Amino acid sequence: MTESTYRIQGATGEWEVVIGLEVHAQVTSNAKLFSGAATAFGAEPNTQVSLVDAAMPGMLPVPNRECIRQAVRTGMAIDAQINKWSRFDRKNYFYADLPQGYQISQLYHPIVGEGQIAITLDEKNPETSTKVIGVERIHVEQDAGKLMHDQHPTSSYVDLNRSGVALMEIVSKPDMRSPAEAGAYLSKLRTILRYVGSCDGNMDQGSMRADVNVSVRKPGEPFGTRTETKNVNSVRFVMAVVEHEASRQVDVLEAGGKVVQETRLYDPDRNETRSMRSKEDAHDYRYFPDPDLLPLELDDAFLEDCRQSLPELPDAKRARYEGDLGLSAYNAATLTADADTARWFEALLAEAARIQKKGESDVAKASANWLLSELYGALNRLGKSLEESPVSAGEGAELLALVADGTISGTIAKQVFEIMLETGDKPGRIVEEKGLKQTSDTGAIEAAVAKVLADNADKVEQYRGGKEALFGFFVGQTMKAMQGKANPQVVNELVKKALG
Amino acid sequence: MSIDLQTVKKIASLSRISVTDAEAEAMVPELNNILGWVEQLGEVDVTGVQPMTAVIPNHQRLRDDVVTDGNVRDKVLANAPQAEHGFFAVPKVIE
Amino acid sequence: MTELTDLTVAEIRDGFRAGDFSAREVAEGFNANVAAAKALNAFIVETPEKALEAADAADRAKAAGEALGALAGVPIGMKDLFCTQGVQTTAASHMLEGFVPTYESTVSGKLWAAGAGMLGKLNLDQFAMGSSNETSYYGNVISPWRRNDGGNAALAPGGSSGGSSSAISARLCPAATGTDTGGSIRQPAAFTGISGIKPTYGRCSRWGIVAFASSLDQAGPMARTVRDNAILLEVMSGFDPKDSTSLDLPVPQWEANLSSDLKGKTVGIPKEYRPDGLNAEISAMWDRGIEWLKDAGANVVEVSLPHTKYALPTYYIIAPAEASSNLARYDGVRYGQRDLPDGAGLQDMYAATRAAGFGPEVKRRIMIGTYVLSAGFYDAYYTQAQKVRALIARDFELAFEKCDLLLTPTAPSASFALGEKQADPLAMYLNDVFTVPASLAGLPAMAVPGGLDAAGLPIGLQIIGKALDEQTVLNASLAIEERAGFSARPDKWW
Repeated sequence: MTESTYRIQGATGEWEVVIGLEVHAQVTSNAKLFSGAATAFGAEPNTQVSLVDAAMPGMLPVPNRECIRQAVRTGMAIDAQINKWSRFDRKNYFYADLPQGYQISQLYHPIVGEGQIAITLDEKNPETSTKVIGVERIHVEQDAGKLMHDQHPTSSYVDLNRSGVALMEIVSKPDMRSPAEAGAYLSKLRTILRYVGSCDGNMDQGSMRADVNVSVRKPGEPFGTRTETKNVNSVRFVMAVVEHEASRQVDVLEAGGKVVQETRLYDPDRNETRSMRSKEDAHDYRYFPDPDLLPLELDDAFLEDCRQSLPELPDAKRARYEGDLGLSAYNAATLTADADTARWFEALLAEAARIQKKGESDVAKASANWLLSELYGALNRLGKSLEESPVSAGEGAELLALVADGTISGTIAKQVFEIMLETGDKPGRIVEEKGLKQTSDTGAIEAAVAKVLADNADKVEQYRGGKEALFGFFVGQTMKAMQGKANPQVVNELVKKALG
Repeated sequence: MSIDLQTVKKIASLSRISVTDAEAEAMVPELNNILGWVEQLGEVDVTGVQPMTAVIPNHQRLRDDVVTDGNVRDKVLANAPQAEHGFFAVPKVIE
Repeated sequence: MTELTDLTVAEIRDGFRAGDFSAREVAEGFNANVAAAKALNAFIVETPEKALEAADAADRAKAAGEALGALAGVPIGMKDLFCTQGVQTTAASHMLEGFVPTYESTVSGKLWAAGAGMLGKLNLDQFAMGSSNETSYYGNVISPWRRNDGGNAALAPGGSSGGSSSAISARLCPAATGTDTGGSIRQPAAFTGISGIKPTYGRCSRWGIVAFASSLDQAGPMARTVRDNAILLEVMSGFDPKDSTSLDLPVPQWEANLSSDLKGKTVGIPKEYRPDGLNAEISAMWDRGIEWLKDAGANVVEVSLPHTKYALPTYYIIAPAEASSNLARYDGVRYGQRDLPDGAGLQDMYAATRAAGFGPEVKRRIMIGTYVLSAGFYDAYYTQAQKVRALIARDFELAFEKCDLLLTPTAPSASFALGEKQADPLAMYLNDVFTVPASLAGLPAMAVPGGLDAAGLPIGLQIIGKALDEQTVLNASLAIEERAGFSARPDKWW
């Protein structure tokens, strides 16, 4: 546990910032929350709309089991209370993207109650930088449609493809105290959702958006008035919103003004927040239980199925990587930060252990190092993601095995990897065809050493005169003469011996 | 509780029903009459009574996650007062 | 020979099957009656071609020896609250004028699948809000009945299913659909001397019926006999996975199990339904009903439903609250009317559209509903009402520990003249005093005619049953029907 020391220096002294996030995460499902229309992104306007989504007269909602299941699994993943009895309420307001004139949501009895998420601010020092952020609740609700303003001079266009897609609203407690904490919370939440598989976490496509609640206060004082900045769609922007909104509020307060409780919008181009044209009556949503739906009652079998289907979660995985596999805290954190990375790493690990007939912990460090430095470096260069890697986990494991059993040196391994990336060939075949196997043939190496020493008699003299740093030079020249294929350990020994 | 002209106007605005001043004024006694009458419910002792949630005992069924609907844009737009390029059109909204 | 249009649903069904007449002859007969009855204003849209189409299909099926649906050869009227594919559906509002659904409601779809043909869309109170049919945008329906005082005062057919009640009693159709939120099947049935049943909430799917108050709305049949109601209800009922509140239960064979023998049944007479000042003729009819049920073999006991007096105020919180939200979708964006004043923005368009598209009673209820749900008032009104509603339902449960069914009046008076109660919304609301409690509790309830009052107007009785026990409701109604021998019909003046 850690206390944030983030402070804003104002003219009247230090200010503390208080942050809470309401994250809307699109539930991964084939069909919408209350209708059988598809949820896929990017379809032609109004093609993924049923008569229910368009709120035609007499249309009625029937909930999608998968959406409920995903919300429950998400709740379980953050150790939250799962409410076996919950209800859908109507939130009433008029807007062109809201065909029913109300959003079906959950106010009074959400499906998931209090839970928590641990965030780590410095992955190299997790013990001293981890903080637990409370989650107030998770509820399930309908997404709205989309309004387009730039297609016609005097009209806005309405596309209802998103109308009725299931969202989870994940509401944190006001437990964050710095932009970094807010960013870490959103990242960690995204990681968990992607592990659980309840949301793809794709912020570009709007699968995750955050409403950022920010207030400031003098340390130790009660909470100040907060503002809510809507629909912020990246970790970086969330941090920027906190920074700008906090300093704006400090400026307002220090100028003797009052912070107005309001909804604001973030403009990424100008990197500022501005007040939304305040919607009249926006605060009287007239929530009441949706009479078209019955209370949602979950039985034990349903909950057990949800629990059983949960994967190993990031915190547990990270602890296992550190504890059982002996990885550094940083490597463990990096490898578990994303479900896909962890999955790739575990495939590599399993294959490396199998080929080398060793335990996973014996091959973990080499595997982690190769993945994080060699493979990541190459993917960065190629501008590809791990999923698009031209080298499979199996091929990577094969390459690691060739190094481990002394067939090739680490230096040669780098060359082989480059060829793998280029040609897609298997490492064994590359080593074979290009004759890259390293040699431990002492006769050949001795001959090479003798030639190096003879060609560099002056340097041999200097070495013997005390310039011991030249040792590396002789080794290097020998390796070069051997075209890199000599076993470096043998070369070391023989050079030492020849120099007497 | 009795409501005044301002409240009637506020309710009309919340309901998105435009009313003239005369209409709103006429509604004041009318609505007060009805609301005054329903307020007799306040005298019922409801200690320990849970609000009704389902009129006939019944369980909320859940659907399978299968795409069974959509791809009916023509039907969706068939009755639209203004539909253009596959969209519903409304007066320009300034956000 | 009897006119084909005087036949009941059962008689048409059986006569058609026996080859006594063709389905086309029946349809033509009713089409002619409909066309000749414009003065009643019972229909918003007439669809003679639909009736003929279904009749011809029935005739062809019969000639080919194919299996016939339960309603093959029977034309009916469809309340204009049911969405009908390709046929304008308005809920009697200006708002939905010109709205042509691209879908068919579950209940109407079941009726067509059973072979019934549609004579047209029946007028009603706007969005089913009213008890006299005076709130229709398309003009009020007029009851075929007239007082025997020689005056020709136009009388209310009841509401909201007033087009249905008027059309049936005038022999424009042998049966029709209705919907009942607080009495909208039973009160108009009582006013026009016909029968109608609101089944247990959840028996009939609400999918495709323009919603008024979701937790109360329930479709049901209206016809001249109890048997006809049983026949239609069997077709209209059944589980619908598209309606979350639909009951997943098999549909009983109500017609086959009709029996007016009530031996072993106990009838409860709720004392709270006989308030001081109850109309003497209504009271006398109720007493007669008690005797009829005793004659059919039933025991009669007095029971108490102590929260009865709170039923109407409870209803007038819950129904408008739900309606205010259910009617929010009428915004001029996706269907129906749009009123776009020059230079209006989106929210202005909403307000103008809704001001022009809704009638005064609909606006009144939306505003009451909006108010009772608004910040600071929700608990005092809505939550309290749902608690009282639970108490009302409990009253029935306790009463049903002592009896199998309840007998009450259907309405506090016979039909009244159009315009008589229009000025005072509250007086109009009181019409539903006997029908609303069963609606709040979701119980099956039926109106059956008992006789005429001194003015020559029908008055009726109501049977309320236990949840899911439509059979007992139908059977007791049948016992009354047999003993009342109600055969009066309005003289044709239209």
